[in-house]
Amino acid sequence: MKINALSSLCARVLASALLVTAPSLAPGAEAAVAARGPNAKGADPTVTGEETAVLTQAPHVPPPIKRSHATKVIVKLEVKEVVKKLSDGVEYLFWTFGGDVPGSFIRIREGDLVEFHLLNHPSSKMPHNIDLHAVTGPGGGAASSFTAPGHSSQFSFKALNPGLYVYHCATAPVGMHVANGMYGLILVEPKEGLPPVNKEYYIMQGEFYTAGKFGDEGLQYFDQNKAVDERPTYVVFNGAVSSLVGDKAITANVGETVRLFVGNGGPNLISSFHVIGEIFDHVYPEGSTVPTLKNVQTTLVPAGGSAMVDFKVEVPGTYVLVDHSLFRAFNKGALGMLKVSGPENLIAYSGKEVDAVYLGSQAAAGSEAQKQVAALQAQVKAAMTSDPKISALTKDIQIAKGKQVFMQTCFVCHQVNGEGIPNQIPPLAKSDYLMADAERAIRIVLQGQTGEVEVNGKKYNGTMLPLNNLTDEEVANVLTYVRNSFGNSGEAVKPEAVRRVRSEAPAPAANQYE
Amino acid sequence: MRFHTLKLVPLALLLLGGLGSATKAREGETPPAGMVLVPAGQFTPLFRAEQEPKQFPVDAFLIDVLPVTNGDYLEFVRANPKWRRSTVQRLFADEDYLKLWAGDLETGPGVHSNAPVTQVSWFAAKAFATWKGKRLPTTAEWEYAAAASATLQEGGNDPDFIREVRAWYSAPAPARLPTVGSGRANYFGVHDLHGLAWEWVADFNTAMVSGDARGDTGLDRQLFCGAGSEGAKDRGNFPAFMRYGFRSSLKASYTVHNLGFRCARSLTGETK
Repeated sequence: MKINALSSLCARVLASALLVTAPSLAPGAEAAVAARGPNAKGADPTVTGEETAVLTQAPHVPPPIKRSHATKVIVKLEVKEVVKKLSDGVEYLFWTFGGDVPGSFIRIREGDLVEFHLLNHPSSKMPHNIDLHAVTGPGGGAASSFTAPGHSSQFSFKALNPGLYVYHCATAPVGMHVANGMYGLILVEPKEGLPPVNKEYYIMQGEFYTAGKFGDEGLQYFDQNKAVDERPTYVVFNGAVSSLVGDKAITANVGETVRLFVGNGGPNLISSFHVIGEIFDHVYPEGSTVPTLKNVQTTLVPAGGSAMVDFKVEVPGTYVLVDHSLFRAFNKGALGMLKVSGPENLIAYSGKEVDAVYLGSQAAAGSEAQKQVAALQAQVKAAMTSDPKISALTKDIQIAKGKQVFMQTCFVCHQVNGEGIPNQIPPLAKSDYLMADAERAIRIVLQGQTGEVEVNGKKYNGTMLPLNNLTDEEVANVLTYVRNSFGNSGEAVKPEAVRRVRSEAPAPAANQYE
Repeated sequence: MRFHTLKLVPLALLLLGGLGSATKAREGETPPAGMVLVPAGQFTPLFRAEQEPKQFPVDAFLIDVLPVTNGDYLEFVRANPKWRRSTVQRLFADEDYLKLWAGDLETGPGVHSNAPVTQVSWFAAKAFATWKGKRLPTTAEWEYAAAASATLQEGGNDPDFIREVRAWYSAPAPARLPTVGSGRANYFGVHDLHGLAWEWVADFNTAMVSGDARGDTGLDRQLFCGAGSEGAKDRGNFPAFMRYGFRSSLKASYTVHNLGFRCARSLTGETK
């Protein structure tokens, strides 16, 4: 086909454009459009009434449906391209359904007739559409909802199958639209409803592929090569690192039953969804409405799929939500918190009862473990040959940045309040051991700690692994944070000091196990 | 001081771009003011049907160095009252036509007069081009010209170019578009094909109508679904996917806040 042939197509383009546009001039054109499909008046006698869907942003879920009949539900979902926080100091241009990642939660009932409006905000650069896995029909609505910036589309569908479904944008390049955050969940409640629970939350996992490394600050661009290679920079719940941590944690009270609607936008990874310290009483696998599994530790949530889980919380405390592919959780952000408050339940969980020394197979000089430590230390030294960035951070900035490191790396053992775990993990809070020697603290972070230590008059004999994946700046920041939090007050730890300790020869093996 | 230097650079580049391309013109062809000659070559489309060749020959053509600006378009509507905002027929431009302007004959504070005109329909762009004795570039011409980086005709071999093009897709849209000609001219001497605004092409929805059955799944598969990249030449060329996707979402009466246009001309001067 030569270029001239292309121009003959222009005539067809023009003709088709006229055909599409012309009805908007004719009076009664809208009625003609409405008369088509399931949305036509009288077409579906099982549908009575009309309402507008309540949409919620994660982690919130619209209330259960009380209706005992099908109705017409109008859903208006706005697509917006917005710059938001991906991690502390890291921004990203998210493409969103409803202004947030994941997209708004949509809740309807089996048999409902949905009149779906997709509105593409005028400031958008891209056209977008929506493929709802709850739709039965080619493309799941994608072809009918393809919408240019500043325009809107409408289509209707009948919710034939109950279940928890993913929706996502399916505009080329599809993977990129999804990787930029274009996914969410739609729940089609079965006619009989779901068993009542006390709390319902919306959790959706997704990956982000940025040109910079994890934690590199500023506006980050989508990295297509990383996406094709399936090497995400971030794996997160609800669109950002720490979106479900600290005061944004989800909550429940002892004795309550919690249901999580868990989705996975992908675009690439399958999630091994797990709540540390809980067992799912029921799992509705892959978003099915039949709770075929009971007493489950970890459930798979496929990319473009979902699961419903529920469990009764018996013991107060913080429960950590993770993708149990653990480097995603502790190094890429796939981590959230459920805080349960209420009275202790010592029958369900005693806390630590016995603490005794056991010498059986502790690593001795010349052992495999010892060789690994030596190899890691050699690696650290080798890394020092590269030119490290010198930071001129003020103490306050160091504290703020250090808190981020702490909340990603340290809190699981040392706890959010720095109190540690009695008899097991020494406290950082008001810790004489921590405050006595900053250089020793640096060494412990870089090289780990094995053997007995005495902190605030109590003896501890555990193991802390070396955290030598942290940069000099990150070590300095996290130590400045812990030495100036939880009732501690001290000088800032400078990256130079960390660099110095890192470059020193590893301590002779014999000393570590004296 | 630094600011002054920065301001001068684009101007210098503009001049260089114009000079450089003039030397590339064929014998006997002097491009008219504001246009450059893009020599004949081969264009490799992103999508093609199985029976189609991998490359199409592109005849030499002339293309505007810069996108059409609000100032240029104001002249057009002064001379052609039926294309003014209050008089244009809905059939030819949707209700957001020229909505960033202050009035029929007033661009106003919402836009820079030297920024690309946007919120214009395909019909309007085509009418402007005809008024100028020009036409809209075809997809093949536009993509062929836009494949060049500042230094290479095959911009795909220039990592800086790839990075710059992608950066635009990852950055938020500014409320007010910047002025034309501020970027570097490309190999052919053309400015702003990337990084400023989308541009109409004559056959913007060829991808939609070239399928065998309109609205059938064979066509949808190319444009919407996971298999969308099956027929694509370069699956890594995400910006091209986005341009094809963007064009497919349009109708000829649509106007969009960052969609403008530029004109082209065949060498003989006749419009195609």
